[in-house]
Amino acid sequence: MKFAIMINEGPYTHQAADSAYLFARAVLAKGHEVTRVFFYHDGVNNATRLTVPPADDRHIVNRWSELAKAHDLDLVVCIAAAQRRGLMDENEAKRQGKDANNIAPGFRISGLGQLVEAGIQSDRLVVFGD
Amino acid sequence: MLHIINKSPFENNSLASCLRVAGAAKDHAILFIEDGVYGATQGTAVEKSVRDAMANMAVYALNPDLEARGVQGRVMNGVKLVDYDGFVDLVAEHDNVQSWL
Amino acid sequence: MSEEMDMDEGGTVKKFMFVNRKAPYGTIYALEGLEVVLISAAFDQDVSLAFLDDGVYELVKGQNTKAVEMKNFSSTYRALEGYDIEKLYVERESLEVRGLNEDDLLVDVQVLSAAEMGEMMAAQDVVISF
Repeated sequence: MKFAIMINEGPYTHQAADSAYLFARAVLAKGHEVTRVFFYHDGVNNATRLTVPPADDRHIVNRWSELAKAHDLDLVVCIAAAQRRGLMDENEAKRQGKDANNIAPGFRISGLGQLVEAGIQSDRLVVFGD
Repeated sequence: MLHIINKSPFENNSLASCLRVAGAAKDHAILFIEDGVYGATQGTAVEKSVRDAMANMAVYALNPDLEARGVQGRVMNGVKLVDYDGFVDLVAEHDNVQSWL
Repeated sequence: MSEEMDMDEGGTVKKFMFVNRKAPYGTIYALEGLEVVLISAAFDQDVSLAFLDDGVYELVKGQNTKAVEMKNFSSTYRALEGYDIEKLYVERESLEVRGLNEDDLLVDVQVLSAAEMGEMMAAQDVVISF
């Protein structure tokens, strides 16, 4: 079965990002497919590679990057939500005249249409938020 | 339809609203996750409303979230416990899912 | 079934419901939620909006955000019709407990009982909440 996942909150403040990750991992372990993980609202903050949690804590950002690498996941960060919150990739930084980018490996920035498309193409869409 | 409740019933009206909208209907189920799991514990002010809903719908709670909060021993009778694998199964088994954010 | 959907995405029409349960301005959910709704119009899906709990405050007439220096997006709800998004459902009890009635709202809606709202939700393919 094809699952799409939407994440509406950032890491550490809300459990939503953790629940979504553990859910995604279980989906994959059961042999289902994760068609796309879409990060919206403050959820875009799950995609910044500048995150440095304490050494004895889980690394929420790296965890997504590693899961994406292992399972070829499509991690999509909403561009409009990302722009508001200062999350950008190299192209977007160039386009906006910014001196840095901060997107973590395995994530890509794209439009809101990717969320609707994921809803169309998947059997289930599960939203994690506050 | 699977309804996911992630808020404590003492902080947020999502459980009350979910029960109002879906509580009397058939083929609905509730899964408590995150702070929502307090809604699955016994001896609370909302226990009766959850119990009433259980006449029509299945009620589940995510055990890892119960354990994390130290309330795994306080779950009311009739609530079925699931882990993340069971969470996935519940989503797959129901035609659609709604998170009451 | 899924494979066929991938190949013929244009022909797939799913029932999408966007559920709004949060008041405007205090948090960004209503505004960014509306942005998803507008994008969804481009996908020729069967789109509806549900307003429950504090979500009904999104539709209250007379919003004036000048002094809080935020964008007043309330007129966008009236523009939805132009995007062929005409199914706006409001739960009756959510209005009543807030001392509101249909005349207080800035757009035409269909007022549903709680049970009718539950049936409407159950009939959806994809439910997105913010």
